[in-house]
Amino acid sequence: MAAASPQLILPRSGSRTSVRRRVSRLGDRAAFTVVLGCALVSILTTAGIIGVLLFEAVDFFREISPLDFYGGTRWAATFDPPSFGVLPLVAGTFLVAAIAMVVALPVALSAAIYLAEYAAPQVRSVLKPLLEILAGIPTVVYGYFALNTVTPVIRIFLPETNVFNALSAGIVVGIMVIPLISSVSEDAMAAVPRTLREGAYALGATRLEVATRVVFPAALSGILASIILAISRAVGETLAVTIAAGATPRLTLNPLESVQTMSAYIVQISLGDAPFGSIEYRTIFAVGITLFVITFIFNLLSEAVLRRFREAYE
Amino acid sequence: MSVFAWEEPALNLRLDRRRRANAIFTSLCLAAIVLAILFLAILLVEVLRRAWGWVDLQFITSYPSRFPAQAGVLSALVGSIWLVVLTGLLAVPVGVATAVYLEEYAPAGRWRDLIQVNISNLAGVPSIVYGLLGLGLFVRTMMLGRSLLAGALTMSLLVLPIVIVAAQEAIRAVPPTMREASFALGATRWQTVRHHVLPAALPGILTGVILAISRALGEAAPLITIGALTFVPFLPDGPLSPFTVLPIQIFNWTSRPQEDFQRVAAAGIVVLLVLLLTANAVAILVRDYHRRKVNW
Repeated sequence: MAAASPQLILPRSGSRTSVRRRVSRLGDRAAFTVVLGCALVSILTTAGIIGVLLFEAVDFFREISPLDFYGGTRWAATFDPPSFGVLPLVAGTFLVAAIAMVVALPVALSAAIYLAEYAAPQVRSVLKPLLEILAGIPTVVYGYFALNTVTPVIRIFLPETNVFNALSAGIVVGIMVIPLISSVSEDAMAAVPRTLREGAYALGATRLEVATRVVFPAALSGILASIILAISRAVGETLAVTIAAGATPRLTLNPLESVQTMSAYIVQISLGDAPFGSIEYRTIFAVGITLFVITFIFNLLSEAVLRRFREAYE
Repeated sequence: MSVFAWEEPALNLRLDRRRRANAIFTSLCLAAIVLAILFLAILLVEVLRRAWGWVDLQFITSYPSRFPAQAGVLSALVGSIWLVVLTGLLAVPVGVATAVYLEEYAPAGRWRDLIQVNISNLAGVPSIVYGLLGLGLFVRTMMLGRSLLAGALTMSLLVLPIVIVAAQEAIRAVPPTMREASFALGATRWQTVRHHVLPAALPGILTGVILAISRALGEAAPLITIGALTFVPFLPDGPLSPFTVLPIQIFNWTSRPQEDFQRVAAAGIVVLLVLLLTANAVAILVRDYHRRKVNW
């Protein structure tokens, strides 16, 4: 006699178990549709951004040639007669971003090295959250701080400085992005395998030599990626810059003068009441798409750097 | 002649120099961190110093005014709370569902990579560009006007990547054995997600919610772009009402030349920071409560 083989007990169709199973399968399919739909929202957001910006910008470029827009050195959109050369806005944006990087890079990179290579765990657990508060302060507060504290201090040393100036804006944007660079760089350095450090220590290297000649180069891709992201953030930063740098579109490298950034121009027009469909209304979309493309390139660059120069230790 | 290499005077000198370089570098690095934290301290002290005597009951319960002494944050405070609650209601379910799709449903491949890259790109889009999207899509095309709802929709798209990324990390941290046990008992994928993965991932998801709320509370640029008002002497009475928020009100006061309005702006900043702290504290308490319940 053959041993009784274990039998799979299938519920007969129409039985209670079968109905319940069918309901739960139905629920499963419904849930799948819902989560898929939600995932599509993020794709639609990107499509929406590009669509809306293009839609209005195309109308703008029908009236103003892109050559005049991207080649022009005078921005006077609200004047009569108007002039739509976007270069002063782009220059103002990059002037502020450059100052921000000069402020942020030394501080953020030393902070990252300290946290990753030197700090004892207890010290680290106190310093790191404190540093990250800097990223949590609303940007309008930085704007207030720039106008009411940083600029007066600058004017003590350089009395010819304008009340609104690129330097003050750049300094506070720099402070704002310190945690962005330091956190990501620190993570990148922490990901460098211990064996590399121990090899260097075994050869008699000091901590400084291990940090700067072993860990830093090995983590370079992550560090560079974080710096590029910070530049992108500084370029897109709006309120602090609007408050501190003012609203004077000017093609200048002088950080003590008032400049207008792309984002600050969009705010200026949004605060006024440019009638819907007017050329003034459309300028903010033309400036907006320029800003979007610039930050988009930086974001892609950051990802490419991360992928291209990643050192694999397997 | 010395027996050991390190007793050689020239080598000793070099070692001393290298050690000294290390000591100097250590102090410089520490100084950098202290400098950054000092900046934070100066910022807070400066704001508090200027706000001193201006934050009182009258300030909290008054509408904005042309006269600094009578100006208050009531409409901005209520507007901010409305906006953050609506934003959370919109962004959290969609964000968590997206994370569930990416971590539990989507097969690895091009499609999933595309969504993932798209999300990290969205996280890098400047906030003011979201404002232009909101202006074109919600205010004009959907004709929601300069309403709270238009603002909350715009803001929820802005914070969506934050929620998604945090929720993904939390879901990924749930051990696969929990899912396998659930499947082995015959649960469907959704039942597994609903009853096991999401409850276990809840503390991490709440971290994302904290970050999203903080961002939404402090952000003003996209709301200015969609046309939120800067002078609102009334309270919003529903999602379609015009509104203002604290950061916009502070921005408005900061742009005025009178010294007293700078004081009022500082008082507004104190209210905003207290609101941020409160929102964070509540969310952290909720998170820790749930974290204590989860153990594997």
